[in-house]
Amino acid sequence: MATTIAIDASGDGTLTQRSAFWLFMRRKSTIGVLMVLPLLAIIAGLVAYPAGYSMFLSTLNKAETKFVGFANYLFLFKRETFWMVVQQSIIFALVAVVGKAFIGFVAAHAVNTIPTKGQRKWRGMMLIPWVIPPALSTLGWWWLFEPTYSAINWVLAEIGVDAIPWLSDTFWARFSVILVNIWIGAPFFLIMYLAALKSIPEELYEAAAIDGANAWQRLYHITLPMMRNIIAITVLFSIIVTFANFDIVRVLTQGGPRDSTHLFATYAFRVGIESNDIPLGASVSLFMFPVLAVLAFLILRNVRKRAMEL
Amino acid sequence: MATAVAEASVGAGLRASLTRNRRWALIASYASLIVFVIFFLFPPYYMLITSLKTNKEIAELSTNPWIIEKGITFQHYFSLLMDTGFPIYFRNTIIVTICVVAITMVVSILAAYALSRLKFWGAGVLATGVFLTYLVPDSLLFIPLFEIVGALGLLDTYWVLVLVYPTLTVPFCTWIMIGYFSSIPKELDEAALIDGANHMQMLIKVFVPVALPGIIAAMIFAFTVSWASFLYPLAYIFTEDQMVLTVGTVTTLIKGDVFHWGGLMAGALLAAAPPVIIYAFLMDYYIAGLTSGATKG
Repeated sequence: MATTIAIDASGDGTLTQRSAFWLFMRRKSTIGVLMVLPLLAIIAGLVAYPAGYSMFLSTLNKAETKFVGFANYLFLFKRETFWMVVQQSIIFALVAVVGKAFIGFVAAHAVNTIPTKGQRKWRGMMLIPWVIPPALSTLGWWWLFEPTYSAINWVLAEIGVDAIPWLSDTFWARFSVILVNIWIGAPFFLIMYLAALKSIPEELYEAAAIDGANAWQRLYHITLPMMRNIIAITVLFSIIVTFANFDIVRVLTQGGPRDSTHLFATYAFRVGIESNDIPLGASVSLFMFPVLAVLAFLILRNVRKRAMEL
Repeated sequence: MATAVAEASVGAGLRASLTRNRRWALIASYASLIVFVIFFLFPPYYMLITSLKTNKEIAELSTNPWIIEKGITFQHYFSLLMDTGFPIYFRNTIIVTICVVAITMVVSILAAYALSRLKFWGAGVLATGVFLTYLVPDSLLFIPLFEIVGALGLLDTYWVLVLVYPTLTVPFCTWIMIGYFSSIPKELDEAALIDGANHMQMLIKVFVPVALPGIIAAMIFAFTVSWASFLYPLAYIFTEDQMVLTVGTVTTLIKGDVFHWGGLMAGALLAAAPPVIIYAFLMDYYIAGLTSGATKG
């Protein structure tokens, strides 16, 4: 409709103000800006503004009535629990991502080796942990770890191993949350690696076989270099998601025993929402920001490099 | 003559060793796949087994917990649907998810069209910004958003989720759609423009049908995120009749000190069923959408 009005007006040769407006509305750039407006509103209003507001909040006292500068941050620095959160978040993210990357890699290789006909079925079965909402599958793990009824300990007892205090001992509780995270996240690596493996030209392997390369040489000289970029992007992305994880620890241990499994997200929830200290909670979660910023920068560089190569 | 024979035997030897290698690779692959499948499937299997056992058998310590010895019962599923808020959580989740998927698709299809076809000032920066927004986790924003939605008077209703979930879904869906729209040949829109179509018509009549696989992938993503999110509803919703499945199952089905494990597992499985069913049918679309971004750059 806008089109017809503008064309009629310009057909007369006399541009009225009204048709000038429609002409402006017809310009590609105007339409483009109008079309991205909802997206801009979401990014500005619900991501950028809250992020900035969070920094402001972190400088207030608990009642949000007084400006206290960096007092919240300094308070955290003096708390032993906070340093435990820092340590546990780093261990959790690194160990879990290495575990996921390794299992995903081996599983992707295995799927890629078997005949194409059966690949879909195996892949489908291994994706199930990734499809179930994490908060709900973690409930299942919680029941598996239950002290009295633990079905895993039952199996251990059958083979003559002592019962393991999965969620009540610091070491085992940390082990358990990492195990569940690996269980949920490994299929994502499987999918990404499988797609990457399938994009490697078969001729490279044929040429290597003729040259007499063994399996390790093929892996080291063809597969890994060809997958380098995808591995980098997937690992970086997974570090972000794992580092910022909330669901697993919240459902499985609620941060215990004695705050030893808290991550930044669950600790921020405990402090900010449950103890009603919004400014302190905002300070805790903001500590994730520098780590995430560095990772985001690295991912962006990889994505750009990748795009440039093509 | 002699060299030809020697070459032939070398070739045969190479082929034999390749088949032998191939057989070993296959055996190793199947063996590791079986181990992985057991690792990935034993928790859901145990959840299912528990949800079908009688309370008496669950409480039994002497029997094998991995099998049902004393008969299957659907009692946990019945009482879940009759005596708990579970049906309400299910309804709320469906309402929230439908709204979020609809909002996400409209916003991200419009934006992706503009960003991939209508070059305007700042389009490149905005595309990068969309990607960065996708990397912002919910655990960074839930505290300031708590204050913001509180000021808007949206705390403790599920409509708050319709407002905040798009921050998790829109960036990635826009990113997927930019990729799909960019792969549509420019000649197609030129032809449509010559036929007198405006941008809106072109988007709906040309781009949407051609990029349908991408749209399905984006919809599955938006569906999964809004079905599975846990942090936002846990932080913003406290009343039972406003809860969604994840939070309702985790917080209200656990009653006091006596855990109703059968009912809890039945709830978790029923709540997880819709995404699992959708993946069973549409997995290929979703994986194509997810991996195209990574493999194509």
